[in-house]
Amino acid sequence: MAGRGGRGRGRSQMTFNVEAVGIGKGDSLPPSTLQPSPLFPPMEYKPVPLQTGEEVEYMLALKQELRGAMKNLPYYVKPAAPKKDVERYSDKYQMSGPIDNAIDWNPDWRRLPRELKIRVRKVRKERTTILIPKHKQRLPVDKEEAIKKLETLEKKEEEVTSEEEGEKEEEEEGKEEEEEEYDEEEHEEETDYIMSYFDNGEEFGADSDDNMDEAIY
Amino acid sequence: MTQAEIKLCSLLLQEHFGEIVEKIGTHLIKTGSQPLRVIANDTGMSLDQVKKALCVLIQHNLVTYQLQKRGFVEYEAPCSRVLRILRYPRYIYTAKTLYSDMGELIVEELLLNGKMTMSAAVRKVADRLTETMEDGKTMDYGEVSNTFVRLADTHFIQRCPMAPETTETSDAPPPPAPTLAVNEKDMYVVPNLNLIGKGKRSRSFDDEDNGEHKAKRQKQDADSKEPPPDDGIYWQANIDRFHQHFRDQAIVSAVANRMDQTSSEIVRTMLRMSEITTSSNAPYTQPLSSNEIFRSLPTGYNIVKQILDQYLTLLADDPLEFVGKSGDSGGGMYVINLHKALATLATATLESIVQERFGSRCARIFRLLLRKKHLEQKQVEDFAMIPAKEAKDMLYKMLSENFVSLQSVANLIERRQYETKENKRLLEKSQRVEAILASMQATGAEEVQLQEIEEMITAPERQQLENLKRNVNKIDASENQVDETIFVLESYIESTVKKL
Repeated sequence: MAGRGGRGRGRSQMTFNVEAVGIGKGDSLPPSTLQPSPLFPPMEYKPVPLQTGEEVEYMLALKQELRGAMKNLPYYVKPAAPKKDVERYSDKYQMSGPIDNAIDWNPDWRRLPRELKIRVRKVRKERTTILIPKHKQRLPVDKEEAIKKLETLEKKEEEVTSEEEGEKEEEEEGKEEEEEEYDEEEHEEETDYIMSYFDNGEEFGADSDDNMDEAIY
Repeated sequence: MTQAEIKLCSLLLQEHFGEIVEKIGTHLIKTGSQPLRVIANDTGMSLDQVKKALCVLIQHNLVTYQLQKRGFVEYEAPCSRVLRILRYPRYIYTAKTLYSDMGELIVEELLLNGKMTMSAAVRKVADRLTETMEDGKTMDYGEVSNTFVRLADTHFIQRCPMAPETTETSDAPPPPAPTLAVNEKDMYVVPNLNLIGKGKRSRSFDDEDNGEHKAKRQKQDADSKEPPPDDGIYWQANIDRFHQHFRDQAIVSAVANRMDQTSSEIVRTMLRMSEITTSSNAPYTQPLSSNEIFRSLPTGYNIVKQILDQYLTLLADDPLEFVGKSGDSGGGMYVINLHKALATLATATLESIVQERFGSRCARIFRLLLRKKHLEQKQVEDFAMIPAKEAKDMLYKMLSENFVSLQSVANLIERRQYETKENKRLLEKSQRVEAILASMQATGAEEVQLQEIEEMITAPERQQLENLKRNVNKIDASENQVDETIFVLESYIESTVKKL
């Protein structure tokens, strides 16, 4: 306790040789900092202006485009949409949001550890039950194709196949479909209506009412 | 890794891949290698989410995996590779300067997708280029292939390690993870493809049965393909090669500034001759004879041999020591001292930073210290003619400069995201208005109606949007610029790490 005499009577001992750092005897240290340094300390010198020129402009544009492009690629994993309060009839016909156990692009599974492959079980049941009544006459061929398809599309969650798609299957009988060409919109149609025209009215009134002179009816 | 590096990695991952991938990537960067279940446990995310994220990260060469002896797989994320995302625009722009639009798009597609087969890349790029061409014109696959080959020949793109071929009759169950390997000599070998075809334009708005036809055509395309001939052969951008190019550019430009145009052209020629024969971390290039250099000068350059020799001598004698003489045969053997050059560039960068932030007197001390390596405090006083107290303050300030660059970029990104979020409502409104305008113009609206729509955005709102755009651009440009500084300093640090 020898080094810890009364307050202000000289400095306490430290574990390293204080003199080596440059604090000589009797020197007053700068006041100790009691708070973190300010977020935006005033700058002593003005910074040099940014570079300009064609090259710089182009790279700036590239950077911003890249950011935008990545957001639209399947590699950008959006969190699964939170469950709505009540299950609605229209949910069946709308493009559902991203699902946790589906992958929107097609990795080369030969290059990846097996444990990373995602399996989607519940799809199987849906597809088999509905597929059969539609294609009764062509059952043997379709069953094979259906099984093949199920195996290759194991990872994706799908809606019911449409009659439109059924026709196409007949055309391209026997050929193997590649996953990449799977078009969600096609498969989701059980009706003849174009999906993008469908508006379930949930967005009505959600727009901001600023600057609107007329009343809404 | 420093906190700043981790923070920056996290921001980059989030901006380009979303929050789920970001959480998992950041976790791996912090903890080192971990197996799948531990990652899920520690991050609190579902197994499926982790699997999805790992697939994305592995695809983009940001995570590697290793099969451990005890049969489980561990995943690892090197922080340095994630930081490279910041530099993607520079890689793409470089490809553009060297191989024009085709080169630019090839490298861009490879970076956006992580890795691709040559056939897929060529097709995609041909389609994209076709979009930009006049009606009726299409881009031929052949031209794009040629550019692809040139990129491979100059090593700007390289083959990814391959999965082993699966043998049909194999009794043993397949391993939990494939071991990927690449043969050094195959790394730049382009598969012998006969890619024939032209780019396809996606349908324009005018088509009536738009959606159906496109889907039908896509299906036909898909079904008419068997697995492509280069199935399993993937390509990626060769980042080290781009870095080598940046380094060469920096050296040439330094020589041009310090000496003259001709000297820099000579140095550029020497570097070009050494491109493929010098490994990325070599301290100096292979010796080149004056005769060889003379033969390789660009055709426009009309200097006689004696003049070249004089220039080479001057370069070798210059105290900067960028060029060194290593022998006398062949008219004189010369090398470029790469490590020395990197050190000089890094020093100059640091001196400049110190000068701009702390003033000339600080810069003077800094330069002194760099040269003398260690000084007694009294000596600092004498040499720099600055009173002791000020000197102490300045020394302390300069020490803290160390971590600033990386932290800066992280701050910049955060600021940019904040600004964008604040103005989200306004941005969305302006986007909606633009969309309305576009569709009205397409259906031939009158000028008056268009003006009405435009006025939906008030003048102060317009001003706000202008400001926002200007600020975001400034911040983005700053990120790019700071990354240039980071590159110089990092290259120097890497060059000092001895290879075992």
